[in-house]
Amino acid sequence: MSILDQFKQTYITECFELLADMESLLLNLDCDAADNEQLNAIFRAAHSIKGGSGSFGLDYITDFTHILETLLDAMREGKLRPTREAVDMLLKSVDVVSQMVTAAKDGITPPQTLGKELRKQLEQFVGQSTAEISPHQEESQPQEVMATYDINFIPHENLPSTGNEPLLILSELAGLGESKITADISRIPTFAELNPTACYITWQIELKTAKTLHAIEEVFEFVSDYCDLKISQRQNIQENIATPNNPQLAEEISPKESNRNNAIATSIRVDLEKVDKLVNMVGELVITEAMLKAQTRHLADEQFQGLIRGIDELSQHTRELQEAVMSVRMQPVKSIFSRMPRIVRDVSAQLGKDIRLVTLGENTEVDKNVIEQLGDPLTHMIRNSVDHGIETPQQRSIAGKNPQGVIYLSAQHRGGRIVIEIRDDGAGINRSKVVAKAKEKGLIAKDAILSEEESDQLIFAAGLSTAETISNISGRGVGMDVVKRNIEALGGTITVKSELGKGSLFTVSLPLTLAILDGMIVRVGSENYIIPITAIIETLRPQAQDFHRVEGHNDVIEVRGEFIPVIYLGDVFRVANCEHQAGKTLVVLVESGHNKMGLAVDELIGQQQVVIKSLEANSDPVKGISGATILGDGRVSLILEIGDLAFMQPGKTNFIVKAA
Amino acid sequence: MGKKILAVDDSRTMREMVAFTLKDAGYEVIEAEDGKNALTVLNGVKVDAIITDLNMPNMNGFDLIRALRGNATYKFTPILMLTTEGDGSKKEEGKAAGATGWIVKPFNPEKLVEVVKKVCPLGAAA
Repeated sequence: MSILDQFKQTYITECFELLADMESLLLNLDCDAADNEQLNAIFRAAHSIKGGSGSFGLDYITDFTHILETLLDAMREGKLRPTREAVDMLLKSVDVVSQMVTAAKDGITPPQTLGKELRKQLEQFVGQSTAEISPHQEESQPQEVMATYDINFIPHENLPSTGNEPLLILSELAGLGESKITADISRIPTFAELNPTACYITWQIELKTAKTLHAIEEVFEFVSDYCDLKISQRQNIQENIATPNNPQLAEEISPKESNRNNAIATSIRVDLEKVDKLVNMVGELVITEAMLKAQTRHLADEQFQGLIRGIDELSQHTRELQEAVMSVRMQPVKSIFSRMPRIVRDVSAQLGKDIRLVTLGENTEVDKNVIEQLGDPLTHMIRNSVDHGIETPQQRSIAGKNPQGVIYLSAQHRGGRIVIEIRDDGAGINRSKVVAKAKEKGLIAKDAILSEEESDQLIFAAGLSTAETISNISGRGVGMDVVKRNIEALGGTITVKSELGKGSLFTVSLPLTLAILDGMIVRVGSENYIIPITAIIETLRPQAQDFHRVEGHNDVIEVRGEFIPVIYLGDVFRVANCEHQAGKTLVVLVESGHNKMGLAVDELIGQQQVVIKSLEANSDPVKGISGATILGDGRVSLILEIGDLAFMQPGKTNFIVKAA
Repeated sequence: MGKKILAVDDSRTMREMVAFTLKDAGYEVIEAEDGKNALTVLNGVKVDAIITDLNMPNMNGFDLIRALRGNATYKFTPILMLTTEGDGSKKEEGKAAGATGWIVKPFNPEKLVEVVKKVCPLGAAA
């Protein structure tokens, strides 16, 4: 693998970063009062992409970015105005380059047509002809013939001030062949007049070499402006006396040779696999620690004081280690937030709306896995806010609002979770319309009476779209229910609050990591199961009369007028010796999507943070089980997948109808 | 004694490529991401040569070269600028600022080592 191959990956990663920077800079660019520093930064990004592309032979990127660079350079120098059209073109260019880089990453050559049209437009804009000649000067190598050259090298006094060193030039020259060097020191002034940093010596060199004149000239490449140089070829060889003389250079030498290498080693790149392994190992450690701790409970304090104290310390360090390792996987939400301005811009332009996006807390960190899976739902929600939330400028003016709508997107840590809020100052949810629609679609009973909050949550119901016209932006109301499902799959929750005419607020709360889960350990017969705390609404000990038998369906229990199906976990997982008697079992009320259900269990053991172990790594996915963990006593316990359970019972109820 | 080189470039790819290539050739390399950062880095270490990009945020290559030439420690240190093919005006401006020489981008590793050796050879007491 050559050096270049090794760096191609780095280059590609950097390209994507630069492209993202370019995009966000372009989006923030005020067309009327473009900030020169911004234009410079955009230019630099394009320049860096182009700079690297040549080294890796990605000519198609070089060619395309060249025109971008030209355009940006003209803007930078004020020759072209960054109009909205120009910025649009540049944004499209970012997409094209991104596709090219993706192609490069996959090792394929993109089609010739990629970006061709856009390139024409860009060129037209710059007013530059397509005929851009790339300077490929394939010099024909002149034949190497042995020859003797007389070189007269008279450095100017200021030559050392350029960092060039005559001695190095002379030794390089000597490396070309057989040389005789004569120094002329007649220019050296008296000591009183001597400038110790100036070069006074001149040299006469006789060089016998097979190299070309060009090669000799190249030795002097960097100093040609700081010396008088004469090179002539001759045939007859004269003998000269070489008197090599050190050039008089009194370079100031700094004695502070510090070994402290404080270069910019503030971050390193680590393979994700390594981090995952580390997370796994720490997970094991946490379990082992819990097992040890469980063992010490039975020990007499006075006898094993040291051991108990040691294990306590171990616990603390383990927790700290776990936090530290988890934080390695943490990334700022910036990477998703930064995609949103473009979406708002594109969608609002399509809809003829004027919308400003304000983002807050972009540096809030969350696990990489969460970030990866948060992108889609968040994008959808933003699109939804643009499409359904904010009104058109006309409607806003009529309502006495600023024609420009605002969407706030914020992230913050709250109680060990990350909370993302999307707030708009739009029309708010039209509750009566939502409720009417839900009734029409049979999602709720015709005579249901819902609180304001309950009506708002209906927008997460499948098959509900209240927008008067169905656009291709948010689709046909298949959106918010999918969003809710995605968020819940991440162990999160989503709620909405809305005020008619004033706007809506969506709040998404997510765990910081997917590696650990807050769980309720429950006993069913001889087995322990873990129910994710986020799914639990409440725990009940219903009386026998609260249970109702529905023919061909599950039992239901009546909770404050609501009938909720009961699932006997012992039946679902075929556990022996479990309570099946109404009135004796405990019921844990859980919610997944729009399904509420009661899980009948024998006993609540307690709440605990558990390290999630994937089942899929070792077996096929098991319905109803999302993973497993190892409890403090060393026993394996399965983590329930609440979403699946609803579908594992015969005669499932899809939406809960409030008793009238 | 080994030779230490500072590579200054806002592009990580370029910086790492320069660093890798030179390390491979036997140099010790430290990195800085722009002119300002370079000056900070140089506060704590003495290097034998500097390679700098020209177009960078915070402090560009020209300003960096000028700043270094005004500093007694780096008055005569070889400073190479990374420039693009045919950008004559930049080359001239860099020379006027006090650059020792230039490396034309896109560079190939052999050429880079060749040019660096030209102004800062390994093992020579310059």
